[in-house]
Amino acid sequence: MDRQEFIAESVKAAVRDGRPLSIRGGNTKSFYGYPSQGEPLEVAQHQGIVEYDPGELILTCRAGSRLSDVQAALRENGQHFPFEPPGYGAEATIGGTVACGFSGPRRPWSGSLRDYLLGVKLVNGSGEVVRYGGQVMKNVAGYDISRLMAGSMGTLGILLETSFKVLPLPASELTLDFECGQGEAIRRVNQWSGQPLPLSGAWWWKGQLRVRLSGAESETRRAAQHLQADRVSDDPKSWRDLREQQLEFFTQPGELWRLSLPPAAEPIDLAGDCLVDWGGAQRWYCTEMPADEIRTNAARAGGHATLFRGPSESERFHPLPDALQRLHLNVKQALDPNGIFNPFRMSRDW
Amino acid sequence: MNSASKSRLLQELQKVLPRQILLDSQEAMRPFECDGLSVYRKLPLLVALPEDTLQVREILKTCYRMKVPVVTRGAGTGLSGGALPVENGLLLVLTKLNRILGIDPQNRTARLQPGVRNLAISEAAAPLGLYYAPDPSSQIACSIGGNVAENSGGVHCLKYGLTVHNVLEVRLLTIEGEELVLGSAALDAPGFDLLALVNGSEGMLGVITEVLVRLLPVPETAQVVLAGFSSIERAAAAVGAIIAAGIIPAGLEMMDRLSVEAVEAFISPGYPQDAEAVLLCELDGGEAEVAEQMAAVKTILAEHQATSVAVSANETERLRLWAGRKNAFPAVGRIRPDYYCMDGTIPRRELPHVLANIHAASERYGLLVANVFHAGDGNLHPLILYDANRAGELEQAEKLGAEILSMCITAGGTVTGEHGVGMEKIDSMCEQFNKAELEQFHALKAAFDPAGLLNPGKAVPTLHRCAELGAMHVHKGKLPFPDLPRF
Repeated sequence: MDRQEFIAESVKAAVRDGRPLSIRGGNTKSFYGYPSQGEPLEVAQHQGIVEYDPGELILTCRAGSRLSDVQAALRENGQHFPFEPPGYGAEATIGGTVACGFSGPRRPWSGSLRDYLLGVKLVNGSGEVVRYGGQVMKNVAGYDISRLMAGSMGTLGILLETSFKVLPLPASELTLDFECGQGEAIRRVNQWSGQPLPLSGAWWWKGQLRVRLSGAESETRRAAQHLQADRVSDDPKSWRDLREQQLEFFTQPGELWRLSLPPAAEPIDLAGDCLVDWGGAQRWYCTEMPADEIRTNAARAGGHATLFRGPSESERFHPLPDALQRLHLNVKQALDPNGIFNPFRMSRDW
Repeated sequence: MNSASKSRLLQELQKVLPRQILLDSQEAMRPFECDGLSVYRKLPLLVALPEDTLQVREILKTCYRMKVPVVTRGAGTGLSGGALPVENGLLLVLTKLNRILGIDPQNRTARLQPGVRNLAISEAAAPLGLYYAPDPSSQIACSIGGNVAENSGGVHCLKYGLTVHNVLEVRLLTIEGEELVLGSAALDAPGFDLLALVNGSEGMLGVITEVLVRLLPVPETAQVVLAGFSSIERAAAAVGAIIAAGIIPAGLEMMDRLSVEAVEAFISPGYPQDAEAVLLCELDGGEAEVAEQMAAVKTILAEHQATSVAVSANETERLRLWAGRKNAFPAVGRIRPDYYCMDGTIPRRELPHVLANIHAASERYGLLVANVFHAGDGNLHPLILYDANRAGELEQAEKLGAEILSMCITAGGTVTGEHGVGMEKIDSMCEQFNKAELEQFHALKAAFDPAGLLNPGKAVPTLHRCAELGAMHVHKGKLPFPDLPRF
């Protein structure tokens, strides 16, 4: 259904009356960031694939489209979103997926959501419908406002349509298991990542490293032999459970922290449980340690820490240096001068 | 007035900088009057060649205080006039900041000063079995800072992405001289993705002083196949079929008859002379995978009635087959004294249609157009041939160019795929974007550079300029900028 007019009119009315809006898609990721403020605006009905020509490797859909519907359409044509986005629920929409900017286990080798985002149509802070980027893979006309939308949590505009580069599904996949400690797992995966191997996933938990290979069957089989795993299987379930945070690790009580680090960073010894994903570049901690200590450790290792799931009153995101914080405010004001979109969803200050 | 402000600026800069990094005479500044698009030339007030980041900061602080515009330049290989100096401004040349600050083999990254040449990165990483993927054709000379500013591509973009996909972190100085770190050595950073925004921002938002790029393992093997076709349509259909078969080639390039004739006359790479279109398809990866995919590609080429097929048997042959494509520009340059290179991108399915229109326009203008095409990603490089010494030919070439860009917009594409807007395509931007969109660009620029001192007049046209042009952005039947006064 095309709800563009309704959405644009809602924004215009909100600007006129000075009423901020809380943009709601499938509401599967409201746990992330700070609670929504403002009047709810439902956008999930604005859905449907607008254009998909598999031969062009480009798909354009309305932002309210369900992620699962779009993925099904891709699968039918032997293609996929290589960044393997999590949905965290069946109702997840494409718009919410872009707004959060999450990518799944394949990310270090495939690239992230924003890497595949080619263009957007959105309602800006004045209720005007504008387009950036497009349905082509190379486009450097004007600033890349499309990619800026990825991960901006709906604070800069309301997405109407998004265009993505998509790729063929790998012809084959294999899962390899290795028994080893965390440090050894990180060292091994980063060493392998420097070699021409068809890696597409690598996570570690409780003494087991699990690696995925994707590509031509001859390649995955040859790589599996080369890596000499303790066990080889082709079970996709654990990768799905990892992506959707359904593994046992994620069901533990307590706060869930996400540390984004240079992949080869040495293990960080925090109290609690740790699951390493992205070959070391994304590390999950179930820990009750003080936030400051977690952040200091992450920063010392060259990365940052996000309180991914936890009490809403806590500081969720890694603080920015002053100059960058000021720039964020400038950018927010440039694109949403009336402060209409998802106020305080991403920052305590705006 | 110009000379007064010049000497005042020189005086102020000399207080904080060594005299020898500042050029002020016409003779010394002459080499910097243009970038790779030499039809536009202008001398700046001063040229500064800083040797470290501290000097860059002092220059920016001084210019900011004195409200002097700053144009940043790297190797000057850009093709859109993005580094064209402004008369009343300083040209900040970063070629002396050319050190590779470090290579991290475990994390597979290289930390670079902005003046490091693109090819030098891969050369430095080679002993580790790693390389830097984006390879613009000027890679021997162009610098990483400029690559980031333009979001440069190359022939391997379809599989390995553009600059934006291969940069992890950028250190940027604002016009006020404040340092920002965008991105990080991790795969993401908190806050907005300002790193994505800086890629391709054409020196409008800040001055890049350091870049962290990711390095990839060198593929085990690479093989290229060259195929001739009796028509552009057939070649285009073969490209679609290769991709529909689930194959993502490392490179997929097309050339039309005129380009093929030119390169054959220039370096004789052995391209088929009777073909209307030639396709180059490179596959890389593991030996077995490449062999499997090459067999599939050959079948597809045969099914699409390729008139000739040649597969590289070894590295020497692979390089020879590529040499034709890589020398296409200079080869075409021998046909006529000058050429003008366009850079539109279109959805690939529109190719036969757009090429036919280009051909018709070329006949109408009486100017030859040779076409080379990044077929995998739809990026078209029509080369308009002309002779600048003939009165009016340059203007005609520019008009034809603008028409070609209009065709790209109409086909659902963009006026620039990888060369940037710069000075060259600024008027075409009025056609691609409407008033609200352009206003948003200006607002974003002001968020970084409220005084508008960085590279003024480039990349995004003022609404006034668009109105004066009377650009034909007819959106849903409405005239462009209906609410702007017209004189």
